[in-house]
Amino acid sequence: MMNWTLALPELVLAVCGLAILGIGVLPKRNTFFPCAMAVVGAFLLTAVVTLGVPEGTAFGGQIAADAFSRFAKVLILLGAAAGVVLSIDFNAREGLDRFEYPVLLLFATLGMMVMVSANDLMALYIGLELLSLSLYVVAAFNRDDERSAEAGLKYFVLGALASGLLLYGSSLVYGFTGTTNFDSIANVLSDPTKASSGLVVGLVFVMVGLAFKISAVPFHMWTPDVYEGAPTPVTAFFAAAPKVAAIALFARVLGGPFGDLAGQWQQVVVVISLLSMVLGAFAAIGQENIKRLMAYSSIGHVGFALVGLAAASEAGMRGLLVYMAIYLLMNLGAFAVLVAMRRQGRAVEQVKDLAGLAKTDLGMAVWMAIFMFSMAGIPPLAGFFGKMFVFKAAVDAGLWTLAIVGVLASVVSAFYYLRIVKVMFFDDQVGAALDPRPATVSLVMTASGLFTLLFFLYPAPLVAAAQAAVAALLG
Amino acid sequence: MNAAGFPLLSLLTFLPLAGAIAILTLRGDDKVTAENARWTALWTSLIVFALSLILWFRFDKTDPGFQFVERLDWLSEFGITYHMGVDGISVLFILLSTLLTPICILASWESIQTRVREYMVAFLVLEMMMVGMFAALDFIVFYVFFEGVLIPMFLIIGVWGGKRRVYASFKFFLYTLLGSVLMLLAILLLWFRAGTTDIPELMRHAIPAGLQTWIFLAFFASFAVKVPMWPFHTWLPDAHVEAPTAGSVILAGVLLKMGAYGFLRFSLPMLPHASADFAPYIYALSIIAVVYTSLVALAQEDMKKLIAYSSVAHMGIVTLGIFTFSVQGLSGALYTMLSHGVVSGALFLCVGVLYDRVHSREIARYGGVAKIMPAYALVFMLFTMASVALPGLAGFPGELLVIVAAWKINAWVAFGAAMGMILGAAYALYLYKRVAFGRITRDDLRGLMDMSPREHAVFAPLVILAIWMGVYPQSFLSFFEASVTALVVRHEAALGAARLAGM
Repeated sequence: MMNWTLALPELVLAVCGLAILGIGVLPKRNTFFPCAMAVVGAFLLTAVVTLGVPEGTAFGGQIAADAFSRFAKVLILLGAAAGVVLSIDFNAREGLDRFEYPVLLLFATLGMMVMVSANDLMALYIGLELLSLSLYVVAAFNRDDERSAEAGLKYFVLGALASGLLLYGSSLVYGFTGTTNFDSIANVLSDPTKASSGLVVGLVFVMVGLAFKISAVPFHMWTPDVYEGAPTPVTAFFAAAPKVAAIALFARVLGGPFGDLAGQWQQVVVVISLLSMVLGAFAAIGQENIKRLMAYSSIGHVGFALVGLAAASEAGMRGLLVYMAIYLLMNLGAFAVLVAMRRQGRAVEQVKDLAGLAKTDLGMAVWMAIFMFSMAGIPPLAGFFGKMFVFKAAVDAGLWTLAIVGVLASVVSAFYYLRIVKVMFFDDQVGAALDPRPATVSLVMTASGLFTLLFFLYPAPLVAAAQAAVAALLG
Repeated sequence: MNAAGFPLLSLLTFLPLAGAIAILTLRGDDKVTAENARWTALWTSLIVFALSLILWFRFDKTDPGFQFVERLDWLSEFGITYHMGVDGISVLFILLSTLLTPICILASWESIQTRVREYMVAFLVLEMMMVGMFAALDFIVFYVFFEGVLIPMFLIIGVWGGKRRVYASFKFFLYTLLGSVLMLLAILLLWFRAGTTDIPELMRHAIPAGLQTWIFLAFFASFAVKVPMWPFHTWLPDAHVEAPTAGSVILAGVLLKMGAYGFLRFSLPMLPHASADFAPYIYALSIIAVVYTSLVALAQEDMKKLIAYSSVAHMGIVTLGIFTFSVQGLSGALYTMLSHGVVSGALFLCVGVLYDRVHSREIARYGGVAKIMPAYALVFMLFTMASVALPGLAGFPGELLVIVAAWKINAWVAFGAAMGMILGAAYALYLYKRVAFGRITRDDLRGLMDMSPREHAVFAPLVILAIWMGVYPQSFLSFFEASVTALVVRHEAALGAARLAGM
C-alpha cells in the first residue's frame, strides 16, 4: 500500500528546497537573505505539516511516521531554523552570504528527517548520507579560509569512514537476518537463538557508525577540529539539529529493531557514555578557544544523554529525549552568543575575549551565564532537569557506576562552565568592547534563554511529549 | 487552604523574585538606578518580612505536623508535586531568612557602590532560594532551591568580593556541588523506591537498614559540606573572608543552617538506623570541630577568618545536639542554629562597620576602638558575649541544652563540648580585647566616626533579638517543642521496632 501522505513533511521540504534553489539561481543580485528567509519559512511549514501527519508506515515499510519521529522532527526543524537565523548576519559580514548556504542546510535537514523516520536500514543510510554530504560542504563553506577547508576535509574523510562502517554493519545484519526492515529484524530477533554472533558484530559496526555521527568517545576525534574550523554559525548548526537527529536515530535503531538485544548493546553504550562524560569534562578544562571548548562540552552532553539510553528502559529513553530537547535549546542560545562575538568587525573566538562582558553588554552576559549554569546542571535551570531524568533512569536500572561517575563528571565540567561566567563577570575588560549584537542573535538568545530559565515552571508538556514518543518507539 | 487563607509560603518565596524583576526593568543613569534598586530591594524584603510575621502569629505551636500546606500539580505522573509547608523545625528559619535579608540590604547600602542593581537582584534571588528551601515539602523542589542558592552566592562572592574572590567563589561552588550531586543520587534512589518525592510520604516509607547506610553517606556528603563539619570546612574561611559583608552574614546566618536542617529534616526521620549507627562518628567529628577550630580561631590575624572558624565550632555544637536524638539535644541544636544565625550575622556586620571605615580586617590594625566609637564598642561587646554564650544572651540556652543532652550520652562528649565553650570565650574575648581595648596605636583611627543612624537601624533588631533569646527562650523553644518531640518519639519507635524484630 502506498500511503504517501505519511512522507508529506519530507516531500514538502524537498519541493520547497528545489523551488528555493531555482529562485535563488535566477536573479543577478545576491539572494542570500530572501533564500534564508524562505528556508526558515519552509521549516515552519514543514513543522506544521509534521504535526498533522497520521501515523503508520509507508513505502513498503521504509518510512515510519509515529510520535517518536514527530517529536524528533519538530526539534530538528526548530534547531535548523534557529541555525539559519543565526547565520544571516554573520555570513553577510564574513562574505559567506551565498544563497547555497541556506539551501544546503535545508537539504541537510531533509536528510535528518528521513533519518529519524527511517524504518529500514536503507532509508536510514540514504537520510544519513544526504545529511552528511550537505554538512561536509557547509563545514568548508568559508573556502578561502584554511581552517574551514581543513575542517570540511577532515569531516569528510572521517565521516566517510563512519558511513563505510555503518554500511558494512548493515550488510552483516542483512546477511544474518535476511532483511533490512526494522520490524522484520525485530521479529527475527524476538527468538533469542537467532541472535548469532555475526549479527552482533554487524550491530556493533552499525553502532560505531552512529557513534561517529553523535561524536561519542572514542569516535569523537573529528569534533573539536571541525567545530573550531567551521564558521561559527555552521558550528552552531552542527551542535544542534544533527546531534539531536543522530541521537534519535541511535535510540530508534537500538530501541526498535535491536530492542531484544539490549543485553548486547547495553554494555557498549555504558562504556561510550562513561568515556564521553569523562573526556568531555576533563578535556574542555584546558581549552582557550571557546568553540573548541563547546565541542568538548557537546561530547560530554552526548555522554550524559547516552546514560538514558544505557538504562535501556522506558524511563531511560524518555530521559534521553528530554535531555536532547533541553540540550538543543540551551546550546542554540550559547552558540548565539558565540556568533555575536566580534570585535571591530572581526570574529573572535577565545574565552578571554568575553572578559568584562557583564560591564559592556549585561544582557548577553546574563543569558550566557544562564546557559552555562544550565549546562553545568544547576537547578532551577532546564539543564538540571535533563540530567535528573537520565540519572533517575540509571539509578532505576541499577547502573551505579554510570550514575556516580556521571554526577562527578558534571561537577568537573561545572568548573569550565563557571570559568566562562568568571571571565564575563569577575574579570576586567581587555581591549575594545564587543560589537553590538545583531537582532537575529538577540532573538535566538532570548528565546532559548527564556526556555532555559522558565522550563521549571511547567515541565509537564515536554515530558509528556517525550513519553508519547517513547511509547511509540518501544511499542 | 491553609491557616493564612492564601498561599503564604509561595508568596514569601516568590515575592523577592518579583522585586528582582522590577529592579531589572529599572532604567536611567547609573546613580539613579542604583538608588532605586536599593530602595526597591529594601521595600521588597521588608514586605516579605512583614508577611512572614503572619507565620509567627498564626503558627499553631501544638501541632507537630506541617502547616500552611500548599500543593500544586507539577510533574504529578512521576510523583513530584509542588508541595510547600512548614512545621516547628522550619518555621523559624524562614523568619530568620526574611529578617536577615533586609538587614543585609541595609548593611550594603554604602559599602556596595559598583553594579548595585545586579547586587540587589542577586540578594533577592538568594532570599527566594532560602525561603523556598525551608518551605519545600517535596524532595526535588527542595533540591532545586538547595542548589539554586549556589548561583547568586557564587556571583556575590565573585563579583563583589575581596582579592582572592575568584578562588573562594570557585571553591565554594565546586565543593558544595560535589556534595550535593551525591545527595541527588540518593534522592533519585528514594524516588525510585517510593515512587514519590513527597517528603512527608517518604518519612513514612521504611528503608531497609543496609540501604540506609549508603543513603546516609550520600546525604552526609552534602550536608556535612554545607554545615560545614570538620574536615569538610575548608571552603568556609575562604568564602567568608572574600565575600562582601552582607554575603558573609547570609552565609553564616542562613546557608550554614541548611546543612544542619538537612540532617534534621531528612537523615534523622528517614534513616533512623543509619543515624544511630553513625552517631558516634558524628560525635567525634563534632568534638574535633569544636576544639580544633576554636584553637585555630585563637591564632587568626583576620577578624572575618576568626569569626568563620568560630562558626565551624558552633556548628559542631549543633551537629552534636542533633545526633543525641533527645528532645533537649535537638531543641538545643535548633536554638543554637537560630542564635548563631543572629549572633554570627551580627558579628560579621560588626566587622563590616570597621571594614567600611578602615578597609582592613587585620586585627593588629586596630586597637582602642572603644575610646573612639563607644556605641559601636558596646554593640560589638554584646554580640561577642552572646557568641561566648554568656547567660542572659542568645548563645546560652542552646549550648546549655546540647551539653546537658550530651552529658546523658557520654561525659567525655559533654566535656568536649564544654571545652568548646571555654575556648570560645578565649578567642572571642581575645579578639575583642585586641580590637576595642588597649592604646590607640594608629593615628588614622582617631578620626573614625561612630555608628551612623543607618548602622543603628541595622543592629537594633539584632540587639533586641540577642537579648530576647537569652532572657526568654521559651518564646522560641515553644515553636519547635511539638515537632521535636514527635521526631524523637518516631525515632525511638523506629529503633525499638527494629530491636524487637532482632529479638
